[in-house]
Parts: sequence; structure tokens; C-alpha cells
Amino acid sequence: MGLEAKLTQDGFFTTTIDALAAWARKSAVWPMPMGISCCAIEMMAAGDPKYDIARFGSEVMRFTPRQCDVMIVAGTVTYKMSHVVKKIYDQMPDPKWVIAMGACTSSGGMYRSYSVVQGIDQFLPVDLYVAGCPPRPDNLLNALMQIQDKIGKTRARDFQDSPKLVETV
Amino acid sequence: MEFNTAVKAELLEKLSAQFPDAEFTTEEFAGEISLIFHKKHIAAVAAFLKDDPSFQFLICEDITAIDWATRKHRFMMVYILYSMKLSERIKLKCTVEEDDQTIDSVASVWKSANWSERETYDMYGITFNNHPDHRRMYMPEEFEYHPLRKDYPLMGIPGDLPLPKKSE
Repeated sequence: MGLEAKLTQDGFFTTTIDALAAWARKSAVWPMPMGISCCAIEMMAAGDPKYDIARFGSEVMRFTPRQCDVMIVAGTVTYKMSHVVKKIYDQMPDPKWVIAMGACTSSGGMYRSYSVVQGIDQFLPVDLYVAGCPPRPDNLLNALMQIQDKIGKTRARDFQDSPKLVETV
Repeated sequence: MEFNTAVKAELLEKLSAQFPDAEFTTEEFAGEISLIFHKKHIAAVAAFLKDDPSFQFLICEDITAIDWATRKHRFMMVYILYSMKLSERIKLKCTVEEDDQTIDSVASVWKSANWSERETYDMYGITFNNHPDHRRMYMPEEFEYHPLRKDYPLMGIPGDLPLPKKSE
């Protein structure tokens, strides 16, 4: 029942450009590994052959934000670090998504203290929160699949600038 | 394990001979002794303990402070030293008053004291005279408070550390 079977049977299929673009986009979500503390170890485990994030098209962990689609913020974000995280987020090209991995990133976690940001949603638009301290790699993969579902529902017009009136002389 | 009594006697004898105007009191707890004396002697005592051939406290393990908050003498500096020759550890303690929060730096005696003193300045606001690089260690340079003081709230003061602006 794959694409190959469909092609040998009929020789063609119909879809919309929007659906095709969303399918392509969601099947290659390149993560920006924003590994700040221990959650990063589980994020690395998600990339190893046992859990294998490559099954979902996300094995390309780019260490430059300019080639990334989703930022996985894995670890305790202090106030001092928050400016760095925001700077890296700002360099990612649109459209972009953010996964807040683990308790510290989502809510400050056990660090109820003056130096730790109590949830990165205070300065970043977070799409998905992953529970756990740290979350198991399966949990991160689940988050990635949910991001894929979210991307699959997007349409091209969501990312386009609003149309401007063209002046005619 | 008890602190070596012969070493303790020699230590006190040599120190009082070397610093006749200083008054040394000792406390012993868990096999380690604390030497308590006035802060004006700290740099000289530190250099003496490091250089004297029979002690050789070459390792400055940590420098920190205690904020006693309600006591008359608010701050206390603590220096933890280790001698590989004697296999003994001692602490030096000096009180620092709230209205004169300065003490001489020992960064010229032990290089490791440089960062320890910067951390103490960052967290408690005690300034070190003659420190080669007197800056904050952890907190941002423009931060105005000293977080480990007892009058600083656990969750900080709202707005004391800026967050990046949220984009639309």
C-alpha cells in the first residue's frame, strides 16, 4: 500500500500543492540541538541507532541555526543563557518550531531560583512541551511526531506575507 | 580523625611568634581546625602558611563567605587550605563588618584564589583589595545585587535580570 504500489496500479495520483509541500516539510524536520544540560544526553540517545530519530527524517542535527526547522531546547535555561537561546532562535529561517524538552525548560523544574527562567515560554513561542526529568528518548520522538502532525496541517498561505496592494499608475 | 596535636601546637607557636599583634583563636570540629583572627592579617598569614617549610599549605581549596544576617559581625570569610606535606586541612576565618565590606586579596599567594574571590564578591558583595581582576564571576556584569545574601529573596527581585523580548 505504498507509493510504489499506487504508481504501478494507476500510474498517477492526485494531490494539492499545499498537501505535497506540507508532506515534504514534515518529513524532513531538521532539529537545532539546543542542548544546555542533562536533557541533551537523552536527545543524543534519541539520535543513536536504538531509538534512531532518522526514522522520522530528523537525523540531521545542524549546529548552525540557519539550516534548522525545529529548535529542541534541552536543558535548564538561566537568565544569562536566555539571551543566547533567543539569538539562536532569531537566526532560524521561517517557518520554525520550538520543542521545550524537560521540566526545567518548560517550567524551571526543580530550579525554583532567582537565576533560572521559570519556563522558556516567557520569551519564546513554544509549540510543544515534553514532560520528564529528563524525558526518555521515546518521549522526545513522540514530541517530534506531534510536531510533524502540526506541520502536516499547515498550508502555504500560513507562511506567506499578507498580500500588499500594488500601486498602478 | 583528630587533628595532629603536635602540628597544632607548632602552628600556634609559630604564628604568635610571627604575628605578635594578632590574636589567634582556634576551633576544632571533625578533625579540622579553624584559625580565627582579624582580617587585616589575612594576606600575611596566608603567605606565611604557604611558604613556611614545616606547614606548606600549598592548596587553597576554596574561599567563600558566610552571611550570618542577624549577628553583630555580619559576614565571615572562610579559607579552606590543604597541606600535602602534613595531610591536614585547616580553615582560616575572619569576620567582615557590614559597614566595611572589604578584605585583602590572597590572589597573589594562591592563583586559585583569583576565581574563588571573584565568586565571593559576586555572591556576597565583599570587595577584595589588590585583586588583579575584580569582576563578577557568574552573574551578568550589570546585575546590581548579591544573590547569596540573606536579604536577597530566593526568587529574585522582579526585573533585576532582563529577559529577551518576545517576538510577535
